[in-house]
Amino acid sequence: MQRIGVFVCWCGTNIAATVDVKAVAEALGKEPGVVFATDYQYMCSQAGQDMIRDAIQEHNLGGVVICSCSPRMHETTFRKTAEKAGLNPYMVEIANIREQCSWIHKDMPTATEKAIILGRAAIAKVHLNAPLTAGESPVTKRALVIGGGIAGIQTALDIADAGFPVDIVEKKPTIGGKMTQIDKTFPTLDCAACILTPKMVEAAQNENIRIFSYSEVDSVKGFVGNFHATIRRKARYVKEDVCTGCGLCTEKCPQKKVPNEFNLGLDNRRAIYIPFAQAVPKVATIDPNYCTMLKSGKCGVCAKVCTAGAIDYKQKDELIEEDYGAIVVATGFNPIKLDHYDEYAYSQSPDVVTSLEFERLMNAAGPTAGTLLRPSDGEHPHTLVFVQCVGSRETRDCGKPYCSKICCMYTAKHAMLCREKYPDTEVYVFYIDVRTPGKNFDEFYRRAVEEYGVHYIKGMVGKVVPENGKLKVQASDLLSNEQIHIDADMVILAAAIEPDESARSIATMLTASMDTNDFFTEAHPKLRPVESPTAGIFLSGVCQGPKDIPETVAQAGAAASKVIGLLAKDHLMCNPCVAEANELMCNGCSSCEKVCPYGAITYSDKEFPGPNRTRVLRRVASVNPAVCQGCGACTVACPSGAMDLKGFSTSQIMAEVDAICK
Amino acid sequence: MVFSYFPGCTLKTKAKDLDLYTRKSAEALGITLEELPDWQCCGAVYPQAKDEIATKLSSIRSLASARDLGYSLVTVCSACHHVIKRVNHDMQTDEDIVLRANNYLQLDTPYHGETKVLHYLEVLRDELGFDELAKRVKNPLTGRKIGAYYGCLLLRPSGEMQFDNPEKPTILEDFIRAIGAEPVIYANRNECCGGYITLENKPLAVKKASAVTASAKANGAECLITACPLCLYNLKENAEGDMPVYYFTELLAEALGVK
Repeated sequence: MQRIGVFVCWCGTNIAATVDVKAVAEALGKEPGVVFATDYQYMCSQAGQDMIRDAIQEHNLGGVVICSCSPRMHETTFRKTAEKAGLNPYMVEIANIREQCSWIHKDMPTATEKAIILGRAAIAKVHLNAPLTAGESPVTKRALVIGGGIAGIQTALDIADAGFPVDIVEKKPTIGGKMTQIDKTFPTLDCAACILTPKMVEAAQNENIRIFSYSEVDSVKGFVGNFHATIRRKARYVKEDVCTGCGLCTEKCPQKKVPNEFNLGLDNRRAIYIPFAQAVPKVATIDPNYCTMLKSGKCGVCAKVCTAGAIDYKQKDELIEEDYGAIVVATGFNPIKLDHYDEYAYSQSPDVVTSLEFERLMNAAGPTAGTLLRPSDGEHPHTLVFVQCVGSRETRDCGKPYCSKICCMYTAKHAMLCREKYPDTEVYVFYIDVRTPGKNFDEFYRRAVEEYGVHYIKGMVGKVVPENGKLKVQASDLLSNEQIHIDADMVILAAAIEPDESARSIATMLTASMDTNDFFTEAHPKLRPVESPTAGIFLSGVCQGPKDIPETVAQAGAAASKVIGLLAKDHLMCNPCVAEANELMCNGCSSCEKVCPYGAITYSDKEFPGPNRTRVLRRVASVNPAVCQGCGACTVACPSGAMDLKGFSTSQIMAEVDAICK
Repeated sequence: MVFSYFPGCTLKTKAKDLDLYTRKSAEALGITLEELPDWQCCGAVYPQAKDEIATKLSSIRSLASARDLGYSLVTVCSACHHVIKRVNHDMQTDEDIVLRANNYLQLDTPYHGETKVLHYLEVLRDELGFDELAKRVKNPLTGRKIGAYYGCLLLRPSGEMQFDNPEKPTILEDFIRAIGAEPVIYANRNECCGGYITLENKPLAVKKASAVTASAKANGAECLITACPLCLYNLKENAEGDMPVYYFTELLAEALGVK
């Protein structure tokens, strides 16, 4: 029997307000094997840790039970404390009496009883704990960044600056992401392209950065420090290293009616195209959905005009295998589709546009060369109505419950620029609230109202009716409690933003968790905001939650610094809580191999003593401890009970259950 | 295909055409509509007060009686459909209303929202199928440009009605295509016609109804179809201009050659 010490934490009032900590310590002190039990306000503080260390040495403890917050919070802290006191760190067990007890109960006697039961289970488990020693695994000193928008570019540049090689995988033909489509940035009104394109070029020229554009990550295997990724370089039917980006093919291609996604379908491009003039890499791509040569074998104009001989209609997807130590997710966002918001007549009139479309209509490189013209007739609009929160803060199924965060500011920007360039316009903004919590943000919004005379109206638009070339806007002014009717020339909808549609499959591939809105979850909402709970996976940009450009860049840098910290290590301590096969019980059925998500289990034929002093060959499972992540799937799948997880053995879990049911 | 049928009071008085052509078209399509033997008024307006049950009781009686017969309950009047569907939703989800209503009604078997409530349009779309309907059409209304008028009651609140996308509905347009005509999309097709305020604020009702017909006309509609007797009355009597308005069942019967 172990000599066990029990330490009950108050967590200030977090635990102590609903759990009678003294009663818990007293009750657990009477459990078999417990030689010391106490309570303290903050067990994780220096004084609390000193108390644990002293008790281990003074009472010669062989096991420690801490009744406190979730092990995800402080297990590592307390294991280190035990180690300092000369105890094996895996002889420490946490009973979670905060998240799983005090925070969810209101009644003190019930919560106290439950805390005692949870503590008792942990004590039962510690009795069966055995000292474990962590092995080491090497770290591949290369990072993978998924997504080549401003978030991915900044993360890659920062990692590369520290001297580590980094690969950017971008599914579009060019890096740059959404920022390339933006005209000006708030609140300084810098030209977005002028600050972004130098970074794109810097990324392309950096010796440590490889850019896989028009590529996707097919699969990822492995674990922190030792990921193995397969990257699919989609056939662009143009040899990337030969194409000079002269653009002649994009002028001569006879297929002219392809909606130009860079301008959100407001104009057309050819079937062979370079998304925009500053694209990186600046090479052409053939769109296989529209190219007549690829579809019917008749055409070949681009190959004829290409002096470099870069066109290759027979190009196939290429798979690249590479090892990485860390992976950064920077998959970004898209505005939501507005199919369900036809009260704004988005599908009925070309003059109802999204804010991102408006951005293109104001952009010098856009379809109207920067002159604001109505899409329907090319006339100059005089009355513009902006509608905020289209799909944001929405409780209907079709919308998003969250605030998209960037819309208030870009709408103020659009309204201001509109009034500045075209003083003959009347500009209305309908809002639920104007949210401007950022440096110089509120001043910016106030300038729009006070200096530029933008009409801000608190209330929502109920209906937009296209009639006689006008858009009849029906809305309410909540402050004066009046119905408002405006005959507008254009209506601009601030559509909510949502994570890119690739995010979910990438999360599954990386076993990284997401929230209900498909944003990646961070390891801790306050203290570890750029790390995924899955070790070695880091988050950069809007894939983690709505944010503007400076916040994205800051997070990108933070993610990079975490990656650099990881790649700077030569070895990582492995998790010793891994599966182990009992070869005498294993019958070689392969059940465990099939369920193992990490490919950690292999089979081999081994000799075993048979009857009458013979030797028999038997097929048995063995676990690679460097690859095993300790998920425990195999221990459940094993029909003969040969698989067991160190630190979470079947007998330990049964002992916990017994203690709970006692 | 057998259903219990709830015609409702208006279909026995002001809106006899809606009832007549529903029965004729159903017969032509092989759909059997068995009128509930003991139906009562649906209650006419869904009560907004959370604790109101008195005006829900008559709907619950009809719902329970359809349950006992073992058929889904088919309605055709928008207002009846709205009330019965929402009362049924209450009986599926609101334990307080379920308890009080059953205590009051003392039915042989307490009612818990078991009956499936279908609008006749939903029967055509989901049970028969518009593709099948198109095959049965004898006199396709080729070349007719028809505007669908949904009104408010069929679509909203969308979570409870589960009828169609309230801001971009397609069921009536698909119906129009199935009978061989051409649907006209116009913005006001799902706006209120103002029918409810005809008595207290007639000028506003006129304005709202006129906005509907004007918007339909501007987009090229020759006539409008609706499922709502109140909308039909209001669009015909209050709207400026002379936009013809028909029940959707009338054109259905015409297309099936049974008018």
